[in-house]
Amino acid sequence: MSQFFNALVSKGFFGKRIRNGVHMFSLILFVVVIVCSVSNLLVPEQSIFYVSTYTITLLGKYLCFALLALSVDVVWGYCGVLSLGHGAFFALGGYGMGMYLMRQVGDRGVYGNPDLPDFMVFLDWTELPWYWFGMDQFWFAIAMAIFIPGLLAFVFGWLAFRSRVTGVYLSIMTQALTYALMLAFFRNEMGFGGNNGLTDFKEILHFDLQSNETRVGLFFLSALVLIIALLLSQKIMKSRFGRVVISIRDGESRARFLGYVTDHYKVALFVYSAVLAAFAGVLYVPQVGIINPSEFSPINSIEVVVWVAVGGRGTLYGAAVGALLVNYAKTKFTAVLPDGWLFALGALFVGVTLYLPNGIVGFFEQRISFLKGDSSRELDSFEVKDKKSVSEVEV
Amino acid sequence: MSENYGQRGLWRRDRVWSFLEPRAREVDVSRNVILYIEGVTVNFDGFKALNDLNLYINDGELRCLIGANGAGKTTLMDVITGKTQCNQGSVYFGQTINLLEHSEPEIARLGIGRKFQKPTVFEVHTVYENLELSLKTYKGVWYTLSAKLSMEEMDYIDEVLNIIGLEKHRYQVAGALSHGEKQWLEIGMLLAAEPRLLLIDEPVAGMTPQETERTAELLTSLAGDHTVVVVEHDMEFVRSIARTVTVLHQGSVLAEGSMEAIQNNPDVIEVYLGDQP
Ligand SMILES: Nc1ncnc2c1ncn2[C@@H]1O[C@H](COP(=O)(O)OP(=O)(O)O)[C@@H](O)[C@H]1O
Ligand SMILES: [Mg+2]
Repeated sequence: MSQFFNALVSKGFFGKRIRNGVHMFSLILFVVVIVCSVSNLLVPEQSIFYVSTYTITLLGKYLCFALLALSVDVVWGYCGVLSLGHGAFFALGGYGMGMYLMRQVGDRGVYGNPDLPDFMVFLDWTELPWYWFGMDQFWFAIAMAIFIPGLLAFVFGWLAFRSRVTGVYLSIMTQALTYALMLAFFRNEMGFGGNNGLTDFKEILHFDLQSNETRVGLFFLSALVLIIALLLSQKIMKSRFGRVVISIRDGESRARFLGYVTDHYKVALFVYSAVLAAFAGVLYVPQVGIINPSEFSPINSIEVVVWVAVGGRGTLYGAAVGALLVNYAKTKFTAVLPDGWLFALGALFVGVTLYLPNGIVGFFEQRISFLKGDSSRELDSFEVKDKKSVSEVEV
Repeated sequence: MSENYGQRGLWRRDRVWSFLEPRAREVDVSRNVILYIEGVTVNFDGFKALNDLNLYINDGELRCLIGANGAGKTTLMDVITGKTQCNQGSVYFGQTINLLEHSEPEIARLGIGRKFQKPTVFEVHTVYENLELSLKTYKGVWYTLSAKLSMEEMDYIDEVLNIIGLEKHRYQVAGALSHGEKQWLEIGMLLAAEPRLLLIDEPVAGMTPQETERTAELLTSLAGDHTVVVVEHDMEFVRSIARTVTVLHQGSVLAEGSMEAIQNNPDVIEVYLGDQP
């Protein structure tokens, strides 16, 4: 494997392409995903090379979290907008997908009602609420699952950035946003299944959700979407738009005096980020088989920020690495000490902030560029400095 | 916004949103005055940082503003560039453009560039990128997503690099520049925007004597093509560049005239120059 890899690199097949972390990460991820998929579908269960469907689904879940972390890095790492409410966009995307899966159940529910999901029958509702119409169409449901979070991000961003809310105040507002949505979704009258949420899904596009093939397919799709999102985000951040966004992070006032309407940039980036988070939610729900209001809980959004900080903010793939590592650790940790996770998470955050200010990825990139004796910044991280990069006393 | 985009301009993507962009308006300097500041008062919770201030700047001149700390020089720049609202008065750019109606980005695109008191360059970007971001071109979201530098723009950046003497540092990140180089880069960023009026706040604070001398040359060479307003404390520096000097005191104009006239003005001697060792 590694010989093959070396050959590719040395032949210059990818030559210029694999010169940065995002490409490297995407390639490795792609290979790993193919290997896992094949090992699940083609290798017999007794073999030591067999990867269980449970593992596949777990990895698929991590990949969705990686996409969610990427969405936070886009706004936090590159534009300095610390959103503590991205779980809301993730959950809304998830609910969109959940509504579709619910309608797919059809008359196979406990009550056998062909139109109404079980929880509505249970509440003695007689007809489908208007906002459930059309959600039995896959494409419409996906479009809504992306459009609604995007719209919410647009309205929220427009109001917040235009009134020049920044820093802690903005973070608190994003927390309030996701908290308010959580309370709303807990209510049965909302028509989203109250605190039980949406669950007991049967199939997606007529593929059985429990089958190995569907599981592997969703896992593969999650990886593909993550890779596309990484490459697209990198392209955006390397464009002049990306440079303006970084300028806004480091000196918003200066950017305004250069003629950039900074609110427009922040709104655009915030919407893009929310759309990524929504995609993560859409892919997450069919794999875990449930979506409920706890996905909106403020602590979830804070966890995402820790993933990004651990991986290294402002590097894109660092966010994905952080999400994968921390979630793996969480799975292992909660198996041993179920109640201790939040303490471990807190300790991790403090530790990383103190000892790895640029995260794991930042740490290794510095090592590598040091070894190469390379002082240019070919490596893609725009290092996030602790001090404010622009000395601007008058703002 | 500018003629030199030729045909490509017709299908620029952000033209779709052109109604969002302020109408491109050329400043009307038919009376030879580029900036009118009349009766401007800025009140910070009862403290008048500017007090019924009147000031006229001619097109193409190099004007020095001096005044003790707290005289209101920076506040005046804030008002002109739309950062601070004034309580009374009017500010006109040329005959027709009322600056009080415009936001900071709009004022920047109208052709007023500003250098802050502390150097504010984007430290993680290279010198070249700093200049690229400052170019006079479309600044809309859609446009910058796919923007590429044209040949003319590259040539122009080279020209600016040449003027500010940072050709050798073009691919260096701005954070690695010395203090004086950052100040020049910031002046270069203003030039890249092809402004009509440059507002420069204390450019030589913290510079070595050699750097100060270079800055003086740079600023004098800019006057004529541009109108330059320089705020400065350093009297030596002012003496070396000034043609007309305006003295601010407690938010209003105390005196105005040539350097000699100012130095011999009894009011000025009393409140300002008198303090100097
Ligand atoms: N935002 C503000 N709020 C209250 N007072 C201010 C503000 N900005 C400036 N001032 C006061 O206005 C006066 C003029 O300040 P400034 O224009 O910065 O003076 P300088 O001539 O030294 O540049 C100072 O006394 C300053 O304390
Ligand atoms: Mg000042």
